[in-house]
Amino acid sequence: MSDLALQPTQASEDVHAAGHDDHGSHDDHGLVHATSTGLSNNKLGMWLFLGSECLLFGGLISTYMLYRGRHSANLGPDQIYDIPFTSVSSFVLLMSSLTMVLAVTSAQRRDERRMNLWLTITALLGATFVGGQVYEFTSFYHEGLGFTTSLFGSSFYTLTGFHGVHVTVGIIMLMALVGINKRGRIPGDRAEVVELVGLYWHFVDIIWILIFTLVYLIPS
Amino acid sequence: MTIIERPSLTPVVAGSGVSVGVKPSQAYGSLRRPVSSTGWRSWVFTVDHKKLGIMYGAVAMFFFLVGGVEALLIRAQLAGPNGTVLSAGLYNEMFTMHATTMVFLFVMPMAAGFANYLVPLQIGARDVAFPRMNAFGFWCFLFGGIFLNTSWVLGGAADGGWFMYQPNANALFSPSHGIDFWGLGLQITGIASLTGALNLIVTILNMRAPGMKLMKMPIFTWMILVVQFLLVFAIPVITVALFLLMFQRAFGATFFDVGAGADPLLWQHLFWIFGHPEVYILVLPSFGIVSEVLPVFSRKPLFGYRFVVFSGAAIGFTGWGVWAHHMFASGLGPVSVAVFSMSTMLIAIPTGVKIVNWTLTLWGGKLWFTTAMMFAIGLIVEFTIGGLSGVTHAVAPSDTQQTDTYYIVAHFHYVIFGGAVLGIFSGFYYWWPKIFGKRLSEKIGKWNFWVTIIGMNLTFGPMHIIGLQGQPRRMMNWTEARAGEGFFNLGFWNRVSSSGAFILACGVGLFLINVIVTTRKAEKAPLDPWDARSLEWMTSSPPKEHNFDSIPVVHSLDEFFHRKYEENHETGELTKVATAEEVLADLEAHADAHIHMPSPSYWPIVLALALPIMGYGIIFSRILIVVGGLLVLLSMFAWTLEPSVADDTDYDPPGDPRADDGGPTKELATHV
Ligand SMILES: [Cu+2]
Repeated sequence: MSDLALQPTQASEDVHAAGHDDHGSHDDHGLVHATSTGLSNNKLGMWLFLGSECLLFGGLISTYMLYRGRHSANLGPDQIYDIPFTSVSSFVLLMSSLTMVLAVTSAQRRDERRMNLWLTITALLGATFVGGQVYEFTSFYHEGLGFTTSLFGSSFYTLTGFHGVHVTVGIIMLMALVGINKRGRIPGDRAEVVELVGLYWHFVDIIWILIFTLVYLIPS
Repeated sequence: MTIIERPSLTPVVAGSGVSVGVKPSQAYGSLRRPVSSTGWRSWVFTVDHKKLGIMYGAVAMFFFLVGGVEALLIRAQLAGPNGTVLSAGLYNEMFTMHATTMVFLFVMPMAAGFANYLVPLQIGARDVAFPRMNAFGFWCFLFGGIFLNTSWVLGGAADGGWFMYQPNANALFSPSHGIDFWGLGLQITGIASLTGALNLIVTILNMRAPGMKLMKMPIFTWMILVVQFLLVFAIPVITVALFLLMFQRAFGATFFDVGAGADPLLWQHLFWIFGHPEVYILVLPSFGIVSEVLPVFSRKPLFGYRFVVFSGAAIGFTGWGVWAHHMFASGLGPVSVAVFSMSTMLIAIPTGVKIVNWTLTLWGGKLWFTTAMMFAIGLIVEFTIGGLSGVTHAVAPSDTQQTDTYYIVAHFHYVIFGGAVLGIFSGFYYWWPKIFGKRLSEKIGKWNFWVTIIGMNLTFGPMHIIGLQGQPRRMMNWTEARAGEGFFNLGFWNRVSSSGAFILACGVGLFLINVIVTTRKAEKAPLDPWDARSLEWMTSSPPKEHNFDSIPVVHSLDEFFHRKYEENHETGELTKVATAEEVLADLEAHADAHIHMPSPSYWPIVLALALPIMGYGIIFSRILIVVGGLLVLLSMFAWTLEPSVADDTDYDPPGDPRADDGGPTKELATHV
């Protein structure tokens, strides 16, 4: 979870150099992205980080798949999941990817007002999803499935909880973007910063599609 | 690439290194940046890859000594029958912390130190891609290491073995907080490794000097690149395992509780999916070091550069498909065992390719037996022994016999000490004049080498015999009655091994003496003491803060060598066309006028400090979690708002020192 702490870091680190390409400290600095690969440092860093995250979720999903069948007779995946409810909240999260795309486009067009609007809507949709997850966890808990009730319970809450934390961190980054942007304080290339947060957001959505399919849709 | 403006038109520097006219930023009120370029602040808030590299090295060296003392206590316990030096509980803590310290707090960060210092220099860059993240990584390593070791005084250290097998590491069998400290501490150092890896990959891929294609990169940089990819994908796997462990011990989950129907092999799989790549994470940097050292002291290019690169990459890939060879005795089933047995034999091939390449580099060369060279040759010999005993583990039936015996201990010490550590020492002797401007004494160096080599073979060699005779590892006692007779008497070989350990300690002590003696003597090393080949030698020693006055354009592998020597294409004879001083003077004559260096920052260290606070919170008091969490949020926002490079008025590093002593004036660009 602390891995996530690095997001804003990466987003802010290199942008200054890109913004001041007239200093010529590097021979090839006059180009927009004066790197050996042509990809900006921030973006390359973000892609690598997301690659690393794939293995984090890979490990958690494997754990869940191993333990999904280990539960008492009446508190297993087939009895407890409310597929229609989770489908709706999954749909909400998917829609937030769409609004994120719109935010990135607005940022690239330097349309600040729309950018702030779409970022806020994305954050709200994300918050709706997290709210749904909190509701889901509470109702499971009331049905008797605690974190330590069974191996199924532990691995379910761990996997979906980790995803929920990722979404929450994403929401914090979105809100921070809006807040900082209103005070004109995003250092460097603003469109790229928004794009980086967007990459992270889409990644979290894709992971959810995977989790939704493997955890909820495939009967145990 | 992200760099601070250097005021070259009007030098603001009065004396050496004391900066005058520095204006702290007023822009962020209480969040103004640190500006000191001297004193302890210039180290604590630095983002300079060279200072961070030195700090990585110094702290890793300290932990090497800590781990060494732990090893000596273990060997003292086993030096005689019915040893009474340590209690059974303390003995468990000792071998657990010895391994943990050596792997996570010595070899890995030492390699990170070499990489941090050398990679930007070798690729002709002025710093890494994310300088503040680099500083953050170092502080995570330091604080994580300290956090881990405070467990000694806070109820006892971890005692489950460095692999922390489950369910043995459950609270039921290990009620102290040691394993909690272990898990959380490794999470924190894991963040150091992960951020470091992301940073170095981006640096290597994106910030090479013009003309430096991937296949013209120095071989050390190549091996570091492979290692960073291994880290990026291995660290998250151990992260998952450590989280599951934490949830189990702190929050009552039952992931590894066999009584609750759990599968203890889950831990073993997760641990070794990380653990086997980890072996390559430990040794590949040293392979890179000796691949630099051997050509220089053989006066020949590295034999089969491409083969060394590709075999390194091949090790990086196949390293992911062999983890279950650590689990042959766990009842995986015949098919898995056969598959992993085969894949393990296959991975010996690229490793063998490297050894062949090194040997052929030596072949026909004009060998110069410096201490660095001797350690490098020592690595080839000792690592080969470890590699061969490794192949005997690939044969599953033989491995089943050897599992959990001292034979395994012998094997991995030949790999890690004979591979990683000898390479690190070779690197010390080779790059010391680059980093500190002075050569380590060759005379003490030779003693350092021979005592270390004799010590290591006496320590670890007998373990083969002890192990094949059936002495289990992690056993705290042996008795005369069951020691056997004649050549295979366990008691005799245990005594040899223990005396060897103390000889080995003397070898390491000689290195420390060498460092002190060298630091005290005034004599400076020449600019290019070894007639080296790669870019890091194409700058002053120690390098300036911005590494290169002008970024060199690279035309060939071994660029520096080719600027010094011209080859006659018919006879293959080399003629010296320029000295190192002339090459450097040429670079300095075309110095860049405006060099931007990244500014120091408070936030990396503050953010890193928040993590152990949260760690103590998880173990002792939930309120500290909140405190740490708030500190994380605060420092992340401050970090985000702070540009990586201060505005020109914010921070001016000392001007070009050559401007004071009337050195050659240089062309200045017109824009300021
Ligand atoms: Cu292995």
